[in-house]
Amino acid sequence: MKTVFQRTPTLKDCPTHYCPGCGHGIAHRLIAEVIDELGIRGSTIGIAPVGCAVLEYDYIDVDMIEVAHGRAPAVATGMKRTNPDKIIFSYQGDGDLASIGAGEILHAGHRGEQITVIFINNAVFGMTGGQMAPTTMADQITATTPKGRNVAEEGYPLCVSELLAVLPGVTYIERCALSTPANIRKAKKALKHAFELQINKAHGLSLVELLSSCPTYWRMSPPDATKWIDNKMTKVFPLGRLKG
Amino acid sequence: MTEKGQTSIGTEERVLMCGNEALAEAAILAGCDAYFGYPITPQNEIPAYMSRRMPEEGRVFVQSESELAAINMVFGASATGKRAMTSSSSPGISLMQEGISYLAGAELPAVVVNVMRGGPGLGNIAPSQSDYFQATRGGGHGDYRTIVFGPSSVQEMADCMSLAFELADKYRMTAMILADGFLGQMMEPVVLKKRPSPELPPKDWALTGAKDREQNIVRSLWLGEGVLEDLNFKLDDKYKQIQKNEVLCEQYEVDDAEIIVVAYGIAARIVSGAVTRAREEGIKVGWIRPVTLWPFPTEQISKAADEFRLFLTVEMSTGQMVEDVKLAVAGKAPVVFYGRPGGGVPTVDEILDKIRQLTIRHKTQDSRLKTQDKR
Ligand SMILES: Cc1ncc(C[n+]2csc(CCOP(=O)(O)OP(=O)(O)O)c2C)c(N)n1
Ligand code: SF4
Ligand SMILES: [Mg+2]
Repeated sequence: MKTVFQRTPTLKDCPTHYCPGCGHGIAHRLIAEVIDELGIRGSTIGIAPVGCAVLEYDYIDVDMIEVAHGRAPAVATGMKRTNPDKIIFSYQGDGDLASIGAGEILHAGHRGEQITVIFINNAVFGMTGGQMAPTTMADQITATTPKGRNVAEEGYPLCVSELLAVLPGVTYIERCALSTPANIRKAKKALKHAFELQINKAHGLSLVELLSSCPTYWRMSPPDATKWIDNKMTKVFPLGRLKG
Repeated sequence: MTEKGQTSIGTEERVLMCGNEALAEAAILAGCDAYFGYPITPQNEIPAYMSRRMPEEGRVFVQSESELAAINMVFGASATGKRAMTSSSSPGISLMQEGISYLAGAELPAVVVNVMRGGPGLGNIAPSQSDYFQATRGGGHGDYRTIVFGPSSVQEMADCMSLAFELADKYRMTAMILADGFLGQMMEPVVLKKRPSPELPPKDWALTGAKDREQNIVRSLWLGEGVLEDLNFKLDDKYKQIQKNEVLCEQYEVDDAEIIVVAYGIAARIVSGAVTRAREEGIKVGWIRPVTLWPFPTEQISKAADEFRLFLTVEMSTGQMVEDVKLAVAGKAPVVFYGRPGGGVPTVDEILDKIRQLTIRHKTQDSRLKTQDKR
């Protein structure tokens, strides 16, 4: 029988702790595949966030560090500046990157750090129980917006990628969706490009934003969650290349 | 200060430098690979010096966007096995506490310099010793310690630096230099030389890319039942070992002393002047100067308290180290405190007066005790 699909070696052969239909597992697989396709397992250091993906190192088989909530871009700076030949990536949720770590990502981009950032936008704080994130959609019900996000008081969803794209230190930003197989293939291409830029020592920071399901706190079935990404989230967070 | 090109650094020659710059050059001599920091008075000479010298040496200097970022840059560099440091002053060190706690949890070496100024809040920019609690108790969350040096001269600022890097690597933890604005700014002759480095354990835990080996993970999250408790006990064992092996303290004329003054850092310099003058007046007084504030010289002070004496603790605060002195003395002798907080610096005369007052009190107490004995 012909093998048509195989687990890539850098993705560990173990069950994850993610909820059914969660986007984190898909993102992990894509990253592991890209690392293997580029042959960079031996020179890559990954940074896990504080968020549902905190145990990312249990799934992706590269040297990894777990850091304080939101501080990954600063940690990545310390790593890359002292190890310019290593490939450094951070993996951050929207609470991690867009809320508590907004300062760190802005300034890493501002300095043009040669790192790759994978930004998982699932419009909530998954890990702490589905509270409002800066990326939460208008009127979206969360644990801390029981009547839906009121934009008059809580602000509009924050489009961090658009903000970062104006920085000269940021080389490449693309927003993709972990929804349909076609979109997932695009996401993989974007991730690969982001890593390639770093491998080729292109100046500046590369970032891929991935719109990602959290069926648990969106209170939806996994199929409905992917539809919600395509029908609702992409209206506020349009897909495509924002820079580079 | 020495100029580029005609530097006598690394030789036995004495050069005139301010404490902040001596410390910075000593860090370079100690093999510091990377410096990360955010400006704050009274330690601005350190980042300024490093911004010039680190690139000259082909090493890393980054002015971070905040102290939060600075300590996390240290965290990242250290995780890859590099020697990394940051420096700041009190308000900035408060911001770093999250990172220092993570360094403790992840067991990463780091060197942090606090050139203390007055607090709380923005306080002022005058020298102070009011961060003793924060430094020695572990100012961040969790059950941890940091090694803390309290240098009292420009030379000692430099000497503590290489020792700090060495102990940080040896024990995989943060070593802090707790100086003050006075020491940072004042100029003194200093000899800067490379300290012969002892054999240190290999950094086989470092993140260098998992080439031909299993993945390395640096983490501080331990969810399994009892796992974190085990780690806490392991850290505690390490801390106990440090308390046994790494205490540094200096004593002066303690043997026949009826009064012992305990002070560290710049306060100890002033105390030493006062004690010399008191001796000239025939007062039997000596001093004990903790060089490591954690581990604290508990045993040395406890031993000194075995004979009936009076202890006077002098600090530029409302009384922080005095708690450790009391713990060490353990009720065996009276402990008196004299402090000047908020940027106040005690004078030799002030301390001398205090010693004279205590002599009278001590004499009367002593004779009262003697009459009690007779009864
Ligand atoms: C300093 C600090 N504040 C708060 C928390 C609690 N906390 C953990 S994860 C998280 C939010 C995670 O949300 P996100 O980054 O969007 O990740 P997700 O779980 O959605 O993937 C929060 C607030 C923490 N660990 N540390
Ligand atoms: S809570 Fe949401 S983000 Fe977290 S694992 Fe479950 S589905 Fe994924
Ligand atoms: Mg999230």
